[in-house]
Amino acid sequence: MKRRRIFQAVALTVGFAFLYAPILSMMFFSFNNSRLVTVWDAANSPTLKWYVALFRNEQILDAAWLSVEIGAMTATGAVFFGTLAGMVLARFGPFRGRTLLSGMTTAPLVMPEVITGLSLLLLFVAMEQAIGWPAGRGALTITIAHITFTMAYVTVIVQSRLAGFDDSLEEAAMDLGARPARVFFRITLPLIMPAIVSGWLLAFTLSWDDVVISQFVAGPGSSTLPMVIFSKVRLGVSPDVNALATLLVIVVASIVIAGTLWMRRQERLRDRETRLALAENK
Amino acid sequence: MSRSPVSPRSPPAVSRTRFGAGRMWPLWEWLFRIAPPSWSEYVLRHWSGRKVVIAIPWVWLGLFFLVPFLIVFKISFSEVRIAMPPYAPLIEWLGDQALQLRLNLANYTFLLTDDLYVSSYLYSIKVAAVSSLWCLAIGYPMAYAMARCTQTWRNLFLLLVMLPSFTSFLLRVYAWIGLLKNNGVINNVLMALGVINEPITMMQTDFAVYVGIVYSYLPFMILPLYNNLEKHDPALLEAAADLGARPVTTFLRITLPLSLDGIVAGLLLVFIPAVGEFVIPSLLGRTDQLMIGRVLTDEFFSNRDWPVASAVAIVMLLLLVLPIMIFQRYQTRELERRR
Repeated sequence: MKRRRIFQAVALTVGFAFLYAPILSMMFFSFNNSRLVTVWDAANSPTLKWYVALFRNEQILDAAWLSVEIGAMTATGAVFFGTLAGMVLARFGPFRGRTLLSGMTTAPLVMPEVITGLSLLLLFVAMEQAIGWPAGRGALTITIAHITFTMAYVTVIVQSRLAGFDDSLEEAAMDLGARPARVFFRITLPLIMPAIVSGWLLAFTLSWDDVVISQFVAGPGSSTLPMVIFSKVRLGVSPDVNALATLLVIVVASIVIAGTLWMRRQERLRDRETRLALAENK
Repeated sequence: MSRSPVSPRSPPAVSRTRFGAGRMWPLWEWLFRIAPPSWSEYVLRHWSGRKVVIAIPWVWLGLFFLVPFLIVFKISFSEVRIAMPPYAPLIEWLGDQALQLRLNLANYTFLLTDDLYVSSYLYSIKVAAVSSLWCLAIGYPMAYAMARCTQTWRNLFLLLVMLPSFTSFLLRVYAWIGLLKNNGVINNVLMALGVINEPITMMQTDFAVYVGIVYSYLPFMILPLYNNLEKHDPALLEAAADLGARPVTTFLRITLPLSLDGIVAGLLLVFIPAVGEFVIPSLLGRTDQLMIGRVLTDEFFSNRDWPVASAVAIVMLLLLVLPIMIFQRYQTRELERRR
């Protein structure tokens, strides 16, 4: 027993140290005064000057805003298509083209990004030649590309959430005469809401994070934040990137933690309501 | 339903119930009115709400996931040209009622005879394989330890595993530059402690690429393993212990075989995308030996040779087809089993 405890503690400590040490060191050096980033300048540090520089950098601010816009559109589109696909795969039983659909929703999870990026760019070029749309490349093509690879994640989340419920509630509603659309909006959608919320957030972060696919399908003048960061860090470390990273980590961590707590609370409330309802009916 | 008498054609009389909610009917009516009558007829006869719902994701993925591969396949057989787009069409209309179909295999023979490409493919596979095994070596103990915790701790640890992957992947790779470079944190600390006198070169080595890939993909290894290990019935382990099995034996005979599905899923989730990895080797990796993802982008952006880039992608896909199919089988089985 005791040996297992020690093993547990060692495995988790080593693992989480590996996961968090780089992030923490990056955050730490964002307050460094020296340009050399990793050489601590004790006399003039800590300083916030890189944060100030960051908020004066138009290029980074513009790119960040573009990334937020693309991320929000992507997440919304991915939730729409992903929920439909998850619904179809989990509830619609056999139909023609089912295997292909399930293949097309799992392959993007592992497909190397360079292949996805290249193939989508060639599609956009071919489409522009053939029908004149999409004219040129920019935010629109990036969004389409992002929806395509992020909807796979939403599909998986929604599908496994639906698989966790049996369809007796939906059938009951159907028996009571509700039409399919009404059953979906009144019964199924509230049940899978947590999956949709986490799917939206996941799609947003995946889109916000993507550099390879964006690089392929972006046109001139539409640089997302990761593209700007990538071209900066290729030249080596720079302190304002550390500052940017620190801000990102703090923002994302607080959103994720708040989201998790909120979802846990909702679950608990619903559990209590179910119990109360059951008790009343006894 | 009142319709204006000037309307040239009336929508075919069909049961409105077919198209679901009555609120949506005006939209359908308008569509039927503007569409050619034969189309409207077809839609009314053959479509149902169910089919429309299936069609929406199907058409999107077909157009933006399936068709692009066909286009890549097609372009991989064409010749490079200085034009926009920079490739020759496969089928050309020669006039005089003659069609010319030119299939050009030169791109593929070029790939297979040039050492640069062959060695890049082999190197990518080696890097991906080694990294996924390292992920397993670090991820398995973590997932195992997490699955043996109480529920509260489990949730906390799960959140801690996921949290880094919600922050930027690019910036997490970037963080390693600060740690690994010659005047980076690791070398500074080791030199200050007197362990080494000269900085160790870690950047632009295989080691740096392994670290980067293992670090970025570790959550993808831990999550399927944890999902699997968490479901194991503790009664099995207790029974083994009661029958006198030592912990190591119990692990090897019971836990390991039961978690095989999770191991396969985790390995594939790391291996397949790692083969085509572009960002990590560009930031941390060697400059004398490129990975195939980098070769592809260079071919595409620097050389502007779209046909060769397409051929590189097709060969990469062929190498990955088998792992991808195994992964899909596993994934479908996992989702069906939950029922």
